Amino acid sequence: MVKTGRSAPMLRAVCRVQARAGMTTQRRPLVQAEALTRRFGDLVANDAVDLTVYPGEIHALLGENGAGKSTLVKMLYGLLAPDEGRILWEGAPVALPDPTAARALGIGMVFQHFSLFDALSVAENVALALDDDAPLAQVAERLREVSRAYGLPLEPDRGVWRLSVGERQRIEIVRCLMQDPRLLILDEPTSVLTPQECDGLFDTLRTLRDEGRAVLYISHKLDEVRALCEAATILRAGRVVERCDPRTQSSASLARMMVGTQISDVRRSAMRDVSGPVRLRVSNLDLPSEDPQGTSLKGVNLELHAGEILGIAGVAGNGQDELFAAISGEAEAPRADAVVLDGAPVGHEGINRRRRRSAAFVPEERLGHAAAPRMSLSENALVAGHASNGFLRGGLIQRDRMLGWVDSVTSAFDVRKGPRDPEARDLSGGNLQKFVVGREILRKPDLLVVMQPTWGVDAGAASLIRQSLVDLAQGGASVLVISQDLDELFEIADRVAVIFTGRLSAAYPVRELTRERVGLLMGGADPAAAQPEMEESA
Amino acid sequence: MRLTMERRAEGGKWALLLSPLLAVVLTLVSSVVIFWLLGQDPLRALSVYFWQPVSDAYGLQEVAVKATPLVLIAVGLALCFRSNNWNIGAEGQFLIGAICGGGVAVWAHGWGGAWVLPLMLVAGALGGMAYALIPAILKARLRVNEILVSLMLVYVADLFMDYLVRGPWRDPMGFNMPQTVSFGPEATLPLLFTGGRMNIGSVIALAVVVAFALVMARTLKGFEIRLVGQAPRAARFAGFSDTRLTITVFAISGALAGLAGVIEASGTVRQLLPGFSPGYGFTAIIVAFLGRLNPVGCLIAGVFIAITFIGGENAQIILRLPRDMTLVFQGMLLFYILACDTLILYRLRVVRPVDPGATPAPGVRS
Repeated sequence: MVKTGRSAPMLRAVCRVQARAGMTTQRRPLVQAEALTRRFGDLVANDAVDLTVYPGEIHALLGENGAGKSTLVKMLYGLLAPDEGRILWEGAPVALPDPTAARALGIGMVFQHFSLFDALSVAENVALALDDDAPLAQVAERLREVSRAYGLPLEPDRGVWRLSVGERQRIEIVRCLMQDPRLLILDEPTSVLTPQECDGLFDTLRTLRDEGRAVLYISHKLDEVRALCEAATILRAGRVVERCDPRTQSSASLARMMVGTQISDVRRSAMRDVSGPVRLRVSNLDLPSEDPQGTSLKGVNLELHAGEILGIAGVAGNGQDELFAAISGEAEAPRADAVVLDGAPVGHEGINRRRRRSAAFVPEERLGHAAAPRMSLSENALVAGHASNGFLRGGLIQRDRMLGWVDSVTSAFDVRKGPRDPEARDLSGGNLQKFVVGREILRKPDLLVVMQPTWGVDAGAASLIRQSLVDLAQGGASVLVISQDLDELFEIADRVAVIFTGRLSAAYPVRELTRERVGLLMGGADPAAAQPEMEESA
Repeated sequence: MRLTMERRAEGGKWALLLSPLLAVVLTLVSSVVIFWLLGQDPLRALSVYFWQPVSDAYGLQEVAVKATPLVLIAVGLALCFRSNNWNIGAEGQFLIGAICGGGVAVWAHGWGGAWVLPLMLVAGALGGMAYALIPAILKARLRVNEILVSLMLVYVADLFMDYLVRGPWRDPMGFNMPQTVSFGPEATLPLLFTGGRMNIGSVIALAVVVAFALVMARTLKGFEIRLVGQAPRAARFAGFSDTRLTITVFAISGALAGLAGVIEASGTVRQLLPGFSPGYGFTAIIVAFLGRLNPVGCLIAGVFIAITFIGGENAQIILRLPRDMTLVFQGMLLFYILACDTLILYRLRVVRPVDPGATPAPGVRS
């Protein structure tokens, strides 16, 4: 093993010198993909994709779900082999048989889903991922150095289970930086962060750029891309459709390039009458989490009126799962009157009895929770509808009725699928989401509780789903949206409350809120201190 | 170097149906090799094992007699396994069923009437159900591992049967042999044909297969069983309680195993004695998997395994091969079917360790 004597600040100085040298001479691309093609069976995930990333730039990779972004970066990181085309590193063709080869070249990647061992410490997790066998103390020392140098504070000896999602992501980034990458690939890094954590991440990325490193940044959030990136490659259906400088584009024009059509803004009447009767009331609900790593609910209160959309913001893991379970009836409340639906105490009732009271639910996980992956759509219609949709006659399952229901959901929500009744796992994420949301909305429920309605869904599907939620509320139903996507909540909700460590803040009318205030609440700031005006107006 | 298993992208349904056939073929090929190593003519041995049992009416009846308990137990086990409830103790439930039903026969011996037989069947089924509820309730209430409890209870049932036939239930006229009285005509299942041992029990087994095929395909309970096994969280979302289902499927499979036990006692053996079961409860696990956890599949698989039982008995007489050969067959069959299933769903890949010399140490590039 080669010992390194250089410290991180020295390295940064060296990099900066190189960056400057690179800028004075002509700009040579750091990495180029030339006509990369990758097929999965009949599907062409990448069709002759060209990509050029220069040192010292933050390059956005934009596209809807299934546009081929992940396939492309997986080829760049050596996880997938291209069928055709080649990859050039500083002008020379390279073969990347596996991620180790990519890392050896200087390519690092931070995945959307973290691969950390909860039971181990930060340093142990980093040591496991490194390609050499450095002793733990040395890893911890280098980790401390790198994290300090890039403004990513981390304590090497802390157990990962004690860290927030933002801190966990820091581990992944620091782990990459310790390999001193020249190209850093980030796959939707901000989807789980608070606005404040996002700002911190952006500062780090800008530092990396100023050192002459390149960043390839995958995101759905167009505002972010416009603020952060100086180049963008836009993919649609496996092909490059546009290259642009996102700073000169509007979010709407970027979205148009991504989906190829104009995305309609969600239509809603400006002032909705939300003074209707209270349809759902949760009062003083304490609920210990069934999951030992979960978050217990503490004294949760909320009121949801007829015709209203109430948004619940919060960083993942702050009790959203538990709140959904308590309202849906998947978890039993300690008191019957802790959850009151249309005046009836339902805290002890199961999910199907609540469904018969015209409530409907859409959980966060599409595959495995809302739908059984290996069952057909008609059987998945039965999952949520056996108690309320009349799919049974004389104790026997009526397959034709279920199929008819699938057909109506398909046409009403534009679910695109091959065969009439495919298995749930064969649908793309967006189409399956349209199905599981449509399955509930088509029942015309009086109460809809939906969690992360557009998570990982392309812009077209997201817009359709949000519009249908707004339409449902305008028809007089109550909608509770639990989401980490602030843009979404600001777009459709009438009032927003924030959940943090199992406690729910008061709900504030959305026009009195700013992103910053919600962000502070999401990070656990004292509501009174964070929003003095809110307290006055409430 | 290490081996990893990767999930294959496309594992077609046809492949999962092909898997049991492939397993049967592999078992036959392996047994040819074993026969050859034992110095037998492989073709003759195969004929003794697989052809002679089905070549005459008596043989066919014997196949039905052996298949009946296997199919009954396997159908119940299939429900359990489908919903991720691992009832490994069907052998115990089978024995308790035989004890409860046989107890009625012993008690009513010499004075009972036409009511004895129905009472025996009910008592056997209830006994097996109650015995299966022990691991079920422990699992549902206290999260005790049902595999261990149900398996260990087999030996309790076995020894209990031993105690009964050596002690309180021993036939007073039986020259001190450890066995009960031979059941009277009021306590024996009627035969279907003369000149064989096939009885009403086989008809009951067929009816059970049809009933459960309908339950699994067309009723909400069948859907619930499949959903809980495939996607437990989705099952919770559907409002199905997995603990209640655990109790239900254990109760059903225990009842079916108990019913098989009392049918074996009253239709075939007609008394209780040590070594009452040739291991039907364990063999039925193979039948359930070979039959793809599907009631009709269990029927087909049960008949096939029954043939190997009879073939094994023939081979003892004609070829002087040990009875263990049958167990070797069954073991190979389960091994092959699990291997086929796994290799159809997964692919093996050799992962070579990273050569440390090829990787630059982090932090040295500049």
